[in-house]
Amino acid sequence: MSPKTLYDKIWDAHVAHEAEDGTCLLYIDRHLVHEVTSPQAFEGLRMANRTVRAPDKTIAVPDHNVPTTGDRNAVIENEESRIQVEALDRNAKDFGLIYYPVNDVRQGIVHIVGPEQGWTLPGMTVVCGDSHTATHGAFGALAHGIGTSEVEHVLATQTLIQKKSKNMKVEITGKLRPGVTAKDITLSVIGATGTAGGTGYVIEYCGEAIRDLSMEGRMTVCNMAIEGGARAGLIAPDETTFDYVKGRAHAPKGAQWEAAMDWWKTLYSDDDAQWDKVITIKGEDIAPVVTWGTSPEDVLPIDAVVPAPETFNGGKAEAARRAIEYMGLTPGQKLSDIEIDTVFIGSCTNGRIEDLRAAAAILKGKKIKDGLRAMVVPGSGLVRAQAEEEGLARIFQDAGFEWRLAGCSMCLAMNPDQLSEGERCASTSNRNFEGRQGYKGRTHLVSPAMAAAAAVTGRLTDVREMM
Amino acid sequence: MNKFEKVSGIAAPMPLVNIDTDMIIPKIFLKTIKRSGLGVNLFDEMRYDRQGNENPDFVLNKPAYREAEILIAGDNFGCGSSREHAPWALADFGIKVIVSTSFADIFYNNCFKNGMLPIILPQEQVDVLMKDAEKGANARMEVDLEKQTISTSEGETFSFDIDPFRKHCLLEGLDDIGLTFEKVAEIDAFEARAAQARPWV
Repeated sequence: MSPKTLYDKIWDAHVAHEAEDGTCLLYIDRHLVHEVTSPQAFEGLRMANRTVRAPDKTIAVPDHNVPTTGDRNAVIENEESRIQVEALDRNAKDFGLIYYPVNDVRQGIVHIVGPEQGWTLPGMTVVCGDSHTATHGAFGALAHGIGTSEVEHVLATQTLIQKKSKNMKVEITGKLRPGVTAKDITLSVIGATGTAGGTGYVIEYCGEAIRDLSMEGRMTVCNMAIEGGARAGLIAPDETTFDYVKGRAHAPKGAQWEAAMDWWKTLYSDDDAQWDKVITIKGEDIAPVVTWGTSPEDVLPIDAVVPAPETFNGGKAEAARRAIEYMGLTPGQKLSDIEIDTVFIGSCTNGRIEDLRAAAAILKGKKIKDGLRAMVVPGSGLVRAQAEEEGLARIFQDAGFEWRLAGCSMCLAMNPDQLSEGERCASTSNRNFEGRQGYKGRTHLVSPAMAAAAAVTGRLTDVREMM
Repeated sequence: MNKFEKVSGIAAPMPLVNIDTDMIIPKIFLKTIKRSGLGVNLFDEMRYDRQGNENPDFVLNKPAYREAEILIAGDNFGCGSSREHAPWALADFGIKVIVSTSFADIFYNNCFKNGMLPIILPQEQVDVLMKDAEKGANARMEVDLEKQTISTSEGETFSFDIDPFRKHCLLEGLDDIGLTFEKVAEIDAFEARAAQARPWV
């Protein structure tokens, strides 16, 4: 047998039909659904008198529109948000889906709930009408975002029409230095490849620095594969993965666990597998980073300065000029001199327990800068409960952070949590696009530890100075 | 879905790179539960001020480009979120063809599901089209999907590649779900095999 990559192996195990031209019907093991990208798909099913083929593989949870304050049994105030969440309530009921409603303690961001409940397992195909589905690749599952037409296609047929992507290996060798986290890895990779560098590829992250990450860290890395343009990011499952999965509500048990493990242990790229592109970065060369512009590729180490637009080539120079103006910065300005108004800790990128622990470790016994707005939004009701049990919630509150309920919150501002015009935020989310966190809002992407450090000083800050 | 026919129309230049889906349709318009009516909010934050007045400098607000059917765009068009609201908004405005050196993967897929044609060309050819588009409404381009060509107002013609299956679906206006239902026996058989091999799924 010819050598295969991990992607090849998962792909081959899910091809239900292959046409002569290589167009495949790929079988989908898990379909995650949220309220924003699904209503039109369910409407399409109804109009065509179709049903959901595999409701027991279809898991729905509202997250984007959900307010993160107040009473979870109360009606959502914003009418459009309420209609969208109610539509999901109704669709989940009518089509018999697995459902975590707003007032269920297991509710949260779909990409945090899936792994937490053991729905995401190694070797699976996982899709969702959401680009950050790449998160689930941390388990060695082939996971990617799809559009609403494809959501409807998966609901109706449990398959997707796909052509295979190319294989890219991203190796992070050696150890990370203190203060450097999974977020710094994933942003640094995007800085090296650009936001279109992964277009047409599935990335497998490997190397010692990746192996050393927890599952939470691996999810952070894979989450932002889409920001590098890749269809999906993957990390081969290992003992860290199996330990995380074992005992979860929907993970296999007993003899089924043993059978699953037999297969999961074969899920790695063969030594002599062929790669279409290889990128190697030394772990020790990665620094804590921040973004200065309006694209995730606009990223630099915290000790750098705002770049001059003319140092970029082609269309990127004009984009940099526009970004620096939008962000209200000056070329040559030190990144660590940039003062902020707001800190947001949360999102599917950095809303897991380990992220909250990392931020709390910096904040313990400290106060946030006077006048600063700071909020922590746990990724799920269960993350929130665990953080309260571990005493993290107390640390955040004592420091001056707001302690919120689970949801997507300020990552995309479809709910009441938004930046106002010109407001500048150190954010643990994934996109610094114009207007992403609110009209004319300014976003600097950072790790949870860096966000905590910025909250204390009121400016973008090198977390290593506080360790 | 409507069949994709030849397009002869005005092309609007948008040379900015990395035009993301938040620019194409900001999230406040994702709260709809319908597919239609998003054209008026296409590029909303660039196109209007906060009071809803048109920004006269924005390309699609200029008299020459208000009826544009083709966009000539910078690299990596459509990056960011998976929202199909982006192609819905473009289609609702009247855009039928987008040309760039590269597109984000999910956006590219979404275009075909909505009868829109994304065309990938090398930088030099996009540059020629961009220049032609900058001439305004008198410059009409021709796109022929059957022949896989796009021509400038001066008749300079470039060929583009497209996946044959996608081309066929666009030309015939085929519904993906209908096509897949023709293979339901294969899906049933796969599901039975998978249930044996991976009963825990």
